[in-house]
Amino acid sequence: MAEIKLNNVIKRYGKTEVVHGINLDIAHNEFVVLVGPSGCGKSTTLRMIAGLEDISDGTVSIGPGVVNDLPPRKRNISMVFQNYALYPHMSVRENLGFGLKIAKQDEATITARVDEAADILGLDELLERTPAELSGGQRQRVAMGRAIVRHPEAFLFDEPLSNLDAKLRVQMRTEIKKLHQKVKTTVVYVTHDQVEAMTLADRIVVMKDGHIEQVGTPMKVFNHPVNTFVASFIGSPPMNLLPATITGADVVFADGKSLPVPTRLADRVRDGQEVIFGLRPDDLTPVGHGIAESGDSARLTLDVTLSELLGTETILYTSIAGQEAQGKMFGAREVAPGETLEFDVAMDRAHLFDAATGKSVRVD
Amino acid sequence: MNGKLRKQIGAIATWVLTFILMVIICVPGLWVVLTAFRPNGEVLAKPPVWIPDNPSLNNFAKIFGFGADQVAIPVPAYFANSLIIALTSTAIALLIGMSGGYAFARYRFRFKNGLFLGLMLSRTVPGIALSLPIFMIWSRIGLIDAKLGLIIVYVALNVPFTIWLIDGFFRQIPKEMSEAAQVDGCTRWQAFWKIEFPLAKSGIASAGIFAFLTSWNEYALASNLTRSTDSKTLPVGLMDFTAQFTIDWAGMSAMAVIIIIPALILTFLVQKHLIAGLTFGGVKG
Repeated sequence: MAEIKLNNVIKRYGKTEVVHGINLDIAHNEFVVLVGPSGCGKSTTLRMIAGLEDISDGTVSIGPGVVNDLPPRKRNISMVFQNYALYPHMSVRENLGFGLKIAKQDEATITARVDEAADILGLDELLERTPAELSGGQRQRVAMGRAIVRHPEAFLFDEPLSNLDAKLRVQMRTEIKKLHQKVKTTVVYVTHDQVEAMTLADRIVVMKDGHIEQVGTPMKVFNHPVNTFVASFIGSPPMNLLPATITGADVVFADGKSLPVPTRLADRVRDGQEVIFGLRPDDLTPVGHGIAESGDSARLTLDVTLSELLGTETILYTSIAGQEAQGKMFGAREVAPGETLEFDVAMDRAHLFDAATGKSVRVD
Repeated sequence: MNGKLRKQIGAIATWVLTFILMVIICVPGLWVVLTAFRPNGEVLAKPPVWIPDNPSLNNFAKIFGFGADQVAIPVPAYFANSLIIALTSTAIALLIGMSGGYAFARYRFRFKNGLFLGLMLSRTVPGIALSLPIFMIWSRIGLIDAKLGLIIVYVALNVPFTIWLIDGFFRQIPKEMSEAAQVDGCTRWQAFWKIEFPLAKSGIASAGIFAFLTSWNEYALASNLTRSTDSKTLPVGLMDFTAQFTIDWAGMSAMAVIIIIPALILTFLVQKHLIAGLTFGGVKG
């Protein structure tokens, strides 16, 4: 158990700076997920915490001390890699016990700890097999087992589920969550999958181009994205982002359609301001087919160009002022392409971003 | 003609062709082995005698100095020279090859590609083309007729190849293995010995056997750089069987068999590693 502090951490490769001064405090036992598109510096940041990459500038501390100059083995952390990185020439038992053996623990302790980890992860039957004889999910579990046997200060996960098929990924996601609840250790988890981030994290760190865009609980990042990047990255399907202009008390789109400025944002915009109107598909629902009518609501009449039936819900493709937008319909009803529907717009959940900066007009 | 018959004929044709090819490849070797067991008189008989009438180990006894009939050729000394030179040069070439291969596979450094290309280009120069310059330099610094002289030459010959081969094997091992080991508590060196080395073992074994065979069989340079029993190797020793007017074909063949046997034994010992490769279950399947 330890807190991890990143203080203005910079990573340069030669003259190219790829991580530009990251500041982040991770509390004891906290599950923090670094999420962002590929190349955003999330893995590099994790590898700097692990000690697998040199830190060009700034400091990383794990527990009480700065660890910048400590090799990975002295940081008392465990890491699960994307490709598992199990040792193919060792049995599962040897893989699990490797770290303890290196630490010169006695045989009895190693056996006890390996059995304990195997028990937690359901690996008892597999202990004598080699990695080649395991399925993807089993390998993933061994990799996690290898991480927990050492009782480290923190777990680092580097996209651990991206090699699994969709079904297994969901299953392993739950197992990771359960594991965290069981072993209660600080976790730093890297992924490009925002669903993983949302479901696992105590706090999400959204990164882009080597910068942190937003840090917050999944709820906060989802409901109050600070800019258009976070708004479009978190949530699936992504938030509709539509250019518009504030005219009086209205948000006016290019084609002249308009909506009232959301009440809670009214004092944050000025007349004539160019904005991006953000609305999640869940908040654009045909009248009578939303989850619940919201208090501050408006209506738009739109043509549906395409519909995707997902079972309990249907994604409706439409366009607002020439921009493609997606809405959602709950409850089964077939929608034919070209059908015109009246949509409820949940204005109390709508967002406005400044068109020039992309920043939310209201940062809570 | 139906399809089944055609398939059978095809199979037979392939088999016959393979057999003929194998005969062409194997007959000289077989002839050497057979000759090693026959008396000299039978060697040049016309028509040729394939299977020796009275096969015997006389030729071997002769070259090792047993029995009444002896050849004045110090085979045990040559054998020792060959063994010392081949083993030492192989060990050094492997050590350098392992370090070099690991460095090329794992580290980024300046002029890396140029260096690698340079190493490969050095293989394009035929060894014999270097024999005169090597001879001149070696004679100045006193390495002619010394085991050390040959060892240095063979190390230089083998290093580019061992680096190239071992580099390929290390490249196949994901660097996450070593990183995982380091996170697990290993130093970089421990991670290499406990994880990467065992995984690259088959590659290192292949490189070793190639280096050994090159040194063991090399004739042209050795014949230039050696003079006496101090340093002459077995292939050079073969020429001792040629006198001004006679050639002891049977003795020469017996010695050729002596040369082949250790190479064969070594190849068999290591072939498991050569063929097996490694089942990489440690990473995504």
